[in-house]
Amino acid sequence: MTSLLPMDELLANLEDGVRRQYQQLDNPALVGIRTGGVWLANRLHERLGLSEPIGELDISFYRDDFSRLGLNPRVRPSSLPFETQGRNIVLVDDVIMSGRTIRAAMNELFDYGRPARIVLATLLDLGARELPVQPDIAGQSLTLPRDKRLKLRGPDPLRVEAVTLSDARGGESDQ
Amino acid sequence: MSVVEDPARSIQLTDDGDLRHFLTLDGLDRTMLTRILDTADSFIEVGARRIKNVPLLRGSTVVNLFFESSTRTRSTFELAAKRLSADVLNLDIGTSATAKGESLSDTLLNLEAMASDMFVVRHSRSGAAHFIASQVTPGVAIINAGDGRHSHPTQAMLDMLTIRQHKGGFEGLKVAIVGDILHSRVARAQIRALNTLGVEEVRVIAPDTLLPTDVESLGCRVDDSMQSGLADVDVIIMLRLQRERMEGALLPSEREFYRVYGLSNEKLAWAHPEAIVMHPGPINRGVEIESAVADGPQSVILDQVTNGIAIRMAVMSMAMGGQRATAWNRTGEGSS
Repeated sequence: MTSLLPMDELLANLEDGVRRQYQQLDNPALVGIRTGGVWLANRLHERLGLSEPIGELDISFYRDDFSRLGLNPRVRPSSLPFETQGRNIVLVDDVIMSGRTIRAAMNELFDYGRPARIVLATLLDLGARELPVQPDIAGQSLTLPRDKRLKLRGPDPLRVEAVTLSDARGGESDQ
Repeated sequence: MSVVEDPARSIQLTDDGDLRHFLTLDGLDRTMLTRILDTADSFIEVGARRIKNVPLLRGSTVVNLFFESSTRTRSTFELAAKRLSADVLNLDIGTSATAKGESLSDTLLNLEAMASDMFVVRHSRSGAAHFIASQVTPGVAIINAGDGRHSHPTQAMLDMLTIRQHKGGFEGLKVAIVGDILHSRVARAQIRALNTLGVEEVRVIAPDTLLPTDVESLGCRVDDSMQSGLADVDVIIMLRLQRERMEGALLPSEREFYRVYGLSNEKLAWAHPEAIVMHPGPINRGVEIESAVADGPQSVILDQVTNGIAIRMAVMSMAMGGQRATAWNRTGEGSS
């Protein structure tokens, strides 16, 4: 197993990738997925010196595990303070594994309007995909043992915490 | 506050303390009421999107089971269910099966055979929704859309949402509920919710003949004068004079009622200058409330209607989620 990079390197990689997208895309908008993705989008907003406020997605109403877990008791309103119709969107999340969170986020984004393009930036790509969804930018790609997960803690300071799964059921989703 | 075990609590909550039915506000604590309001806030945001539907109840069937007619409540429940992507069936039972002599239990069995996942129940008998919740197959959620004089919990919660939107919270608020308390299932639920959420004071203002005998035990102060009752209140909730429920001579006349208890701009001036005016609708203009007040700058009556959809989406999705999670934990199988 490759070892986890320090946070400043992870953030620098993410920032470089997003900066390149910003140079290529016409007038992109930054959208973070709660909670970790919003922390990261706020960092990127600051580091890239963006003026337009970020969008925040709470995907609770779009999760595909409602039938097992019920409704997230901590759901908060999503906030997209700009028109998404026809926009280029840079979607940010902390960790990608199964790809189910990103599917839910894309479904939600489309309900605001049809974006021209969505690119995906994640701090960590942990593999183990269950859907054909790949990030365009990743701070680092890692393969973990089956019972290990990484979680972003924050918002200040941002740090990555290793979690060992005790309950097999909890490992079925990274949403 | 009494700590006696409330039977309603066990039937409407899962072992984890989540909603699985929504029958009454009795037994629901401040955390749960706040969770309902927070969830509704998120649904209000959904209502502002280009596409106002979310997929939570996709593939589920919601039956609006109305034993008593109510166009407004039924349409907001219908719209709420549709915005959750459920299939909706509206049954006006008053004019169908029961009129032909079918028992309530038989009606339910037939509806369950249509693979219904949720019943929204409106009935003129108090306790009807509880009865149905006690009879129904596990996994089916029951939402009380008003039962007799007992409760109308979604109406009370949409009122709480409206108050929180305009006042920012509940602490320190003085709230007056005015009018026909006796026939109002809304008033009981409102008093319960306001006290649970921690307002400073609830006052009820009504003639003796329109007050239930036990009203003070609900946790409110009774006032028979509008001037003292409205003094410095932050929220005024006017109730509809329920003419269709009036039996016997409870009032000398509607005109007399309006003179004493009808909310005019003159009486509104007794309240706090920033007081909001609420009414569950439908309004009897010139009976409980003057048109100038109902349409005036302090009226939030139309906000209540919008909030009604969000509150109903919240309790429907929470109850369905509680039922699904319980079934999953029990069998290890989901229906996703």
